[in-house]
Amino acid sequence: MALELRSIHKHFGAVRANDGVTLEVQEGELHGVLGENGAGKSTLMKVISGFIEADSGEVHLHGERLALQSPDDAIKAGIGMLHQDPLVFLPLTVLDNFLLGSPGSFRLNRRAGEQALREAADRYGFSFDPGALAQTLTVGERQQLEIARLLWLGARVLILDEPTTGISAAQREKLFEILNRLAEDGMIVLFVSHKLEEIEQLCHRATVMQRGKVVGHVDAPFSSDQLVEMMFGDVVVSEGRPDAALGSTVLELDAVTVSERLTTVEELSLHVAAGEVLGLAGLEGSGQRTFLQACAGLLKPKAGTIRLGDVDLTGRRYRNFLDAGVHYLPAGRLEEGLVAGMSIAEHFELTSGNASFFVDWNGAEAAATRDIEHHFIKGTKESVAESLSGGNQQRLLLAMMPDDVRLLLMEHPTRGLDIESADWVWTQLLARRESGTAIVFASADLDELLRYSDRIAVFFSGNVLRIVDAGTTTPDELGFLIGGKESVP
Amino acid sequence: MEVIAGIVAAATPLVYATIGETISEKAGVINLSLDGSILLSAMTGFAAAFVTDSVIIGYLAAMAVSAVIALIVAVTSIELRLNQIAVGFVLFLFARQLALFLGNSYVGVNGPKVPSWDIPLLSEIPFVGTVFFQHNISVYGSFVVIFFAYWFIYRTRPGLVLQGVGERPEAAFARGVPVNRLRYLYTVVGGAMVGMAGAAVSLDQIAGWREGLTTNVGWIALAFVIFGGWHPYRVALACYLYRALLFVAGEFQVQFPDLVQVLTQLPFLLMILMITVINTEWFRRLGDRYPRWRNFLASAAPSGSGQVFVRE
Ligand SMILES: Nc1ncnc2c1ncn2[C@@H]1O[C@H](COP(=O)(O)OP(=O)(O)OP(=O)(O)O)[C@@H](O)[C@H]1O
Ligand SMILES: [Mg+2]
Repeated sequence: MALELRSIHKHFGAVRANDGVTLEVQEGELHGVLGENGAGKSTLMKVISGFIEADSGEVHLHGERLALQSPDDAIKAGIGMLHQDPLVFLPLTVLDNFLLGSPGSFRLNRRAGEQALREAADRYGFSFDPGALAQTLTVGERQQLEIARLLWLGARVLILDEPTTGISAAQREKLFEILNRLAEDGMIVLFVSHKLEEIEQLCHRATVMQRGKVVGHVDAPFSSDQLVEMMFGDVVVSEGRPDAALGSTVLELDAVTVSERLTTVEELSLHVAAGEVLGLAGLEGSGQRTFLQACAGLLKPKAGTIRLGDVDLTGRRYRNFLDAGVHYLPAGRLEEGLVAGMSIAEHFELTSGNASFFVDWNGAEAAATRDIEHHFIKGTKESVAESLSGGNQQRLLLAMMPDDVRLLLMEHPTRGLDIESADWVWTQLLARRESGTAIVFASADLDELLRYSDRIAVFFSGNVLRIVDAGTTTPDELGFLIGGKESVP
Repeated sequence: MEVIAGIVAAATPLVYATIGETISEKAGVINLSLDGSILLSAMTGFAAAFVTDSVIIGYLAAMAVSAVIALIVAVTSIELRLNQIAVGFVLFLFARQLALFLGNSYVGVNGPKVPSWDIPLLSEIPFVGTVFFQHNISVYGSFVVIFFAYWFIYRTRPGLVLQGVGERPEAAFARGVPVNRLRYLYTVVGGAMVGMAGAAVSLDQIAGWREGLTTNVGWIALAFVIFGGWHPYRVALACYLYRALLFVAGEFQVQFPDLVQVLTQLPFLLMILMITVINTEWFRRLGDRYPRWRNFLASAAPSGSGQVFVRE
């Protein structure tokens, strides 16, 4: 008895997101789904959960053909999906989020609901404050809430779409533990990820997708090389940072205190040289973002000075920071970096710095076509920002960056990108560094931090716990520092 | 006491209109045609009641007309994916002109009126009885609507789903909720309630038909839904407060006749001031401090409001 997909087809316009996908997953199996950005993984998962209707193809569960016309049908059949971005209602309480959509009496019995929430949470080792608003939860907690809810509703098939992006290491451990337990209980788990080591650690079997098609299925134990080859054909992952000579100091912070909502960074002194790459490590919300925003001129420090080269920029406006050669790429690509609804060509025109009143659309379109090719963006100049896959949004952001950047500030430059795209992004960044740009980036990926940084500043609850030399530190040491422990026991 | 009772009665049309709009906006559909809807339903309600000599049929006709307008907003937004604001505005203009055109022959005519009816026993309670229970069915109905809307939205399962549909339609859809079907339902229900506002003017408050009868109630209602944070109690409070301020301004007018123009605008000025206060960080924090009151204090716009939900 199992979940069986037969020849699933789904197209969006000219894009064949799923092109004849066939797949079988047994009960008790943790099944990984791998593939580069835009391979069609999310689309397939949404088909199974009824969120989108396939053009053709069949889904069978326990030998029975399912008519999946809406998520309701999937839920009734015992299929639950955790979406890439947990679909919770931010202004509603945890309890209301838990209850919304559940079957039951006309009148809401919140007391009984609270009881059910507590039981579900206890069973999987979560703890929630039922009255807290969902917007106060971390991404990891929102995920836990959704998992508890789906299982409470009786899911026997659990689909997780890139569940490990944006959650802490501890939350990930817990998630894996629970998934293992669910599989032991005979559930079917579909786990979508880009991260090979996660698939290797967790899954019993994996399916690799490419351009809407299944490339093949592999059983554990997996060989990374084989998986990578199936995903991309042959790729050479770059060796990381070549040593480059450091130039004069570009960024200098002296006893800067800056705060934003819940986090305060206190008395931070730091300097970054031209051609240097400084990695920022730490749990989400430990002050990295606050620090970056202060350096970008988006937050005004309460005390201390920020200098760029010889210029004192303390308390100056964002515009002055931009003029001084500071460029900031925030984590929320669509929220803060790109304009939804605007095409690629329009984005290029917007940032071209062209001061004339009339837009030269012919020129802009020609430039866009050129840049799209140059940056390998999968899309046309008419594609609107939100229709691009995550990797291609990042490519567009990089393509829009002016040439004369002296200090580049980035949050999670490769979050959600497949290996090939991530590699491409770093090749571009390192090329900039050669020409003397200083790079400061925050990341949750230890591997990325160690591979590309010269030095790594570890943040812990608003302070830089230590700045370590990336060449001599180890992942273990970094892990302990991130957890707030000064030395390896 | 009579003064307060008068204020409560005067706010009735505004209450129907704001609660109706609240329900439809909670589901994510903004019905900007409100003012036109109310005018047309006031006219239709009066005409129907006049012809049939039945106030009840007048109310039903008013509700039907306004529900149809709301249905047009829903269809154009959900099926044709047109901009709700644009469609709503066009419908406002259309409904208003239609009301003036069709209502010509009813101007100045005397028609039936909702009879007043003191609620036995309750009306004899000192103070409360006079203020709340010596009115007519139309006014009592507005109380029921306020309490029911609150109870439905915050205390029932379909009400919770309604909040979800307006807040984040794709998340509601992922939970198996038929988002667009519910949007139709609540937009039409909200629209029908808006129609009652029209009838409450032409069959009760003014009891008659003429041009400009409803004095911009629709536009004021749209503003008060925002002021009321999409929360039925707060929305109702805004309506009563506004009528009270209007009354006070009227009193001053008697004493300072030169300031007529200034004084009639005063309530709006005060309302803007209060909206500013309500939107301060400080006021929003109050909601965190008193979780029991959070819905009331820190209620905000449904995020999915005005957005079309298209399944991929
Ligand atoms: N709603 C949509 N409208 C148009 N095109 C879409 C839509 N959803 C997905 N696509 C396209 O279908 C293809 C597959 O997308 P999908 O989201 O399934 O990829 P993915 O494997 O999940 O990628 P990622 O790793 O970046 O999340 C992409 O080319 C994408 O642009
Ligand atoms: Mg995806």
